[in-house]
Amino acid sequence: MRDIKTFIQDFGWPRIIIFIFLIILFILAPIVGVRLDASISDVLNRFGQYAILVLALVPMIQSGCGLNFGLALGIIAGLLGSTLSMQFGLRGFMGFFGAIVLALPFSVILGWIYGKLLNKVRGEEMTIGMYVGFSLVMIMCIMWLVLPYSNPQMVWGFAGKGLRTTISTEGYWLKILNNFLAINIGEFFVFPTGLILFVALCCFLVWLFMRSKTGTAMTAVGSNPDFARASGVNADKMRVISVIMSTFLGAVGIIVYEQSFGFIQLYTAPNSMVFPAIAAILIGGASVNKASMANVIVGTFLFQGLLTMTPSVINSILQTDMSEVIRMIVSNGIILYALTRKTKVTK
Amino acid sequence: MGQTSPLLSLKNISKEFYGNVVLQNVNFDLHEGEILGLVGENGAGKTTLMSILFGMPVIAETGGFSGTIELDGQEVHFTSPFDALDAGLGMVHQEFSLIPGFTTTENIVLNRESMKPGSILNDVFGYRMSTLDRPAMRKRASAAIHKLGVKLDPDMLVSEMPVGHKQFTEIAREISRENTKILILDEPTAVLTESEALILLDSLKKLSKDGVGIIFISHRLREVTQIADRIVVLRDGVAVKDTQAAGVTVKDIASWMVGRAMSGETGPREESRAFAEEAFAVENLWVDMPGETVRDVSFSVKKGEIFGIGGLAGQGKLGIPNGIMGLYPAGGSAHLESKDIPLNNPAAALKAGMAFVSEDRRGVGLLLDESLEWNIAFTAMQIHGQYLKPVLGGLFTQRDSVAMEKLCQEYIDLLDIKCTGTKQKAKELSGGNQQKICLAKAFAMKPDVLFVSEPTRGIDVGAKRLVIDTLKKYNREYGTTIIMISSELEELRAICDRIAIVDEGKIAGILPPGANVAEFGILMAGETDSPSRTKRMAAAEEVPNA
Repeated sequence: MRDIKTFIQDFGWPRIIIFIFLIILFILAPIVGVRLDASISDVLNRFGQYAILVLALVPMIQSGCGLNFGLALGIIAGLLGSTLSMQFGLRGFMGFFGAIVLALPFSVILGWIYGKLLNKVRGEEMTIGMYVGFSLVMIMCIMWLVLPYSNPQMVWGFAGKGLRTTISTEGYWLKILNNFLAINIGEFFVFPTGLILFVALCCFLVWLFMRSKTGTAMTAVGSNPDFARASGVNADKMRVISVIMSTFLGAVGIIVYEQSFGFIQLYTAPNSMVFPAIAAILIGGASVNKASMANVIVGTFLFQGLLTMTPSVINSILQTDMSEVIRMIVSNGIILYALTRKTKVTK
Repeated sequence: MGQTSPLLSLKNISKEFYGNVVLQNVNFDLHEGEILGLVGENGAGKTTLMSILFGMPVIAETGGFSGTIELDGQEVHFTSPFDALDAGLGMVHQEFSLIPGFTTTENIVLNRESMKPGSILNDVFGYRMSTLDRPAMRKRASAAIHKLGVKLDPDMLVSEMPVGHKQFTEIAREISRENTKILILDEPTAVLTESEALILLDSLKKLSKDGVGIIFISHRLREVTQIADRIVVLRDGVAVKDTQAAGVTVKDIASWMVGRAMSGETGPREESRAFAEEAFAVENLWVDMPGETVRDVSFSVKKGEIFGIGGLAGQGKLGIPNGIMGLYPAGGSAHLESKDIPLNNPAAALKAGMAFVSEDRRGVGLLLDESLEWNIAFTAMQIHGQYLKPVLGGLFTQRDSVAMEKLCQEYIDLLDIKCTGTKQKAKELSGGNQQKICLAKAFAMKPDVLFVSEPTRGIDVGAKRLVIDTLKKYNREYGTTIIMISSELEELRAICDRIAIVDEGKIAGILPPGANVAEFGILMAGETDSPSRTKRMAAAEEVPNA
């Protein structure tokens, strides 16, 4: 009894309620004619697609920069990496990891500038971050048109220049992780082994980093910057490192997303990736100053589970196709809920 | 004066905060037209006494007080500051409570503005729709300013005023209430220049002639002797002296404030020890720490010595360790065993073998949201690379939780820290135990020179004893040089080998702990006959009375 109580306290009521709701949806699904195995496969897939984007928020939360509303910077670095990789004609694992390697310098440069900026606007990181994201997305809208890409699969057919809004990764590295060691059970269920393994590897690396000397210093900076400074830690430097890490993880996250989703989405698409990631980590139980791997995994699973199941179940009940509308309502509703639930820390 | 029945009388006022007695049977009267100087060290209970008098909610929230307050012979119970205002008490706080974007006039008559006679809007919407009668407001403000006897422009914005004028505006606001009979001023001259202070003192004298009773709280003892008719000295919550001011010298007050008696006798103390080599020295140190500016400090400490730094709040004693440890911008030079210590670089100071226990325990000293293990091991980990274990043949390192737990447990046993375990969060401990964690953090650095700033602030008596004993034990066993900064003189005298008193950002003097308490008091109050001080006093007297 006591164990159950402490478990509930640790896990948190919001997560338990959402979890119960998710189970109800899974029970309802077969009743209204939605295939359960396909749904579960879908949820796993989406979990893998989004998990690294959610993971990207962890370093900045830990270093006290708050939720990275400027995650779009990382996504743009990832888009640059993946488009360049395609431009150079890299295919298969070579193409996928090539995209990550090519995204690295962009992440470091963008993250460094972004980090320097955030150090100047302490206490307002989240608002400023959001506008930094918006601005860069808009600048890139111009850049995607004028950059000299020439791969016929990527540029507009009629002009022969300027990148398309969506670029298929087919023939390059479509589902390269999803299909790696994938387990097929029946017609509808696929376990994306490679994807889940890659997510696990990323989580493990971040976990290791957080346990290193630098990671410890970063956490202390987030917990109490004055304490860290009095202990000889350069708080500004730690914050910049965390921003660079977050930006790079964002880049990796979007490349993983693209290989699973099948398309590179350019122009204003990065904007729509940020809020779901933030909502997921908040639902997972992270506060503005503390986040763990468990928060990332639980949060992504719950958020993407809801987002997958609610529209399909409701669609089947109502016998109409309004899944996109319902998805918008559900995802923004969850974001709203998650933002009101953000827990404060002792100051 | 004196023959009339008292305007205000406090009878047997006692107050405790969570079992910590801060006021004990305080009695005094205030007569019409009298100026009462209330003096005492930091923490003697002055502020608490004024909070009680003013019915501040904090008093009721912490269990109320015992004793009675009588106003004109009637017992009164103020439940909020508004009651006190209505009853004719006025208070001028140390911090200004003025609206910067409003003019002098608007601030003085704030919320008591004169209204124009009702218009049609009033009939419909009530008095809240009345318009301001600015000429009448201006007249009232001018009258209050005139009563105070100073020159203030009624139309000047507060944000554009010099500090002194702000203080006068505050006082003018209090006396512009028709019924103000008693005026309480908490450190009114602290922010003023000497000449402004003199003008203020004159105005206060003028007010008292008009029959206003004034309670004047100040650290500047000379001002108190100049202006007060009667002096009440608080020490550790007890009114130790209530005397007519005539004939009382600054030296008398100083010794009443700080010491038991004039004999210089204090509690048990170590015999004086002899030290050989110099361990640490600073020259011409300046530190820009807000509220604790250090101007020009030089001192040298011998190896194995416990060096005390005392002084009143705001004089710069806290700035010294904070500056040396690189937490605030500083200049000058510091040497540890003839090695130069770069200033403005916390990591370098720590690496050189110094450690610091900050006076701001919750703000700087602790990671409140982290475990005790983290709190104790963190600095040693970051500076000396301890409590890390190599992984994959030294490719990278990871936190060594086992070693951290062992270290933490060691200090929990050594310092008798009351907690549920090494994983408990620091914010869940009591103040005294948090302080022990801060000490443990510094000890874990194995420093050659340890700075301890206000180690007993805000902790109970038992914990104080333990903290002091621990420091002493650490000093004796490891020969660590300790530089201890404290507002509590008795504490310094009990443990230190030498005590420096800081006044106005400079060291006013260094005394042995056995020196006469009055000598300490005089140094603290800045009443030495140093040339600069005399010059300033002379300059101040040249200013014509406004």
